[in-house]
Amino acid sequence: MSEKKNWMPRWFYQLASPRWSYEIMGKLLPGFAVAAFLFLIAGTVWALLFAPPEAYQGNSYRIIYIHVPSALLAQSCYMMMAIAGAIGLIWKMKVADMVAKSCAPIGATMAVLALATGAIWGKPTWGSWWVWDARLTSMLILLFLYLGVIALYSAIENEAMAAKSAAVLALVGLVNIPIIKYSVDWWNTLHQPATFKLTERPAMVPEMWLPLLVMVIGFYCFFAVSLMMRTRNEILVRERRASWVKELVEKQ
Amino acid sequence: MNPKRKQRLIIVLFIVFGVGIAVGLTMFALSQNINLFYSPTQIAAGEAPHNTRIRAGGMVVDGSVNRDQQSLNVTFDITDYDQTVTVHYNGILPDLFREGQGIVAQGELDSNNVLQASEVLAKHDENYMPPEVADALEKSGNMPKPEAEVYNK
Repeated sequence: MSEKKNWMPRWFYQLASPRWSYEIMGKLLPGFAVAAFLFLIAGTVWALLFAPPEAYQGNSYRIIYIHVPSALLAQSCYMMMAIAGAIGLIWKMKVADMVAKSCAPIGATMAVLALATGAIWGKPTWGSWWVWDARLTSMLILLFLYLGVIALYSAIENEAMAAKSAAVLALVGLVNIPIIKYSVDWWNTLHQPATFKLTERPAMVPEMWLPLLVMVIGFYCFFAVSLMMRTRNEILVRERRASWVKELVEKQ
Repeated sequence: MNPKRKQRLIIVLFIVFGVGIAVGLTMFALSQNINLFYSPTQIAAGEAPHNTRIRAGGMVVDGSVNRDQQSLNVTFDITDYDQTVTVHYNGILPDLFREGQGIVAQGELDSNNVLQASEVLAKHDENYMPPEVADALEKSGNMPKPEAEVYNK
């Protein structure tokens, strides 16, 4: 009588197998690495040498080519960490926990990069390194959430317990993501509102936003590479007692 | 989905939406404190306190910038296209400061509702354009301007 209903596609359940995940990530890695390299080089050269200067900021605006992708990625990475954490909580999937754990340091780095480049741009443009406006403060909170997740993982020795607590913290902090996104619309902030909106034409000429798009794609590819490398490493460490890992190590 | 997983899914959704509602209500209650600056309309309506440090934000009114030749004293008006507030400042203005530029000034309101600013920050808007485009738009008078809502939330 037990009729089994498949809620999720097959690959979702296959992801539960550390070995299968390890192998599929190994196959995807080279492609993403090449793409990340090409996009980042092309985007950087285009942004620094060929994109026109800005009318009022001159060349200092070019920091957006790092600032915008890193800020975007810091938020996407957080959402990914929270979703992976939720999957780990609900389906008790070990690989999801490992993905969530691997997301945290990458996202924290991106948040630091976004805050630092923003401060460097803010000094000449606004006249101040830091202002406690809603956008900057919510971004700083994002960094602290990342640090909290990292701290939980290193403070709790039991892996399952650590993953559980970190996932709960990540889910609680998820509320910050829409706050970051809409802070510039809901409140008076010094940070300007979004230049790119889904419903409108970007408030920027294509010569400026095309290299930005290339950089964003490059950052996401780089994120994929770095996440897969970290997760594979995590899989090997946690599955070190499994026979397939022992075989793999012996082969080398 | 087995009942155990369903139960955990409900707990996860409860965390996300529970925290969302709690934070949403808190933000709603604190909304005025989260604003970085007061708009000229709020100042004209007397919502901004006197004799305490506040920030005021708006667009620098064309032709209102008055520089003292002997010192760094400068006065200018800022507007949200509805009300106008006069700002007095003694110091070096940021590079981006110009007429028609959005700025945020920190200082105290005196009895004449003039902001005695101790710090002036330029607020960049969301428009980025190369110099040629800016020149062309300026000449044709189609320069994109932030809307009044930007300064009046």
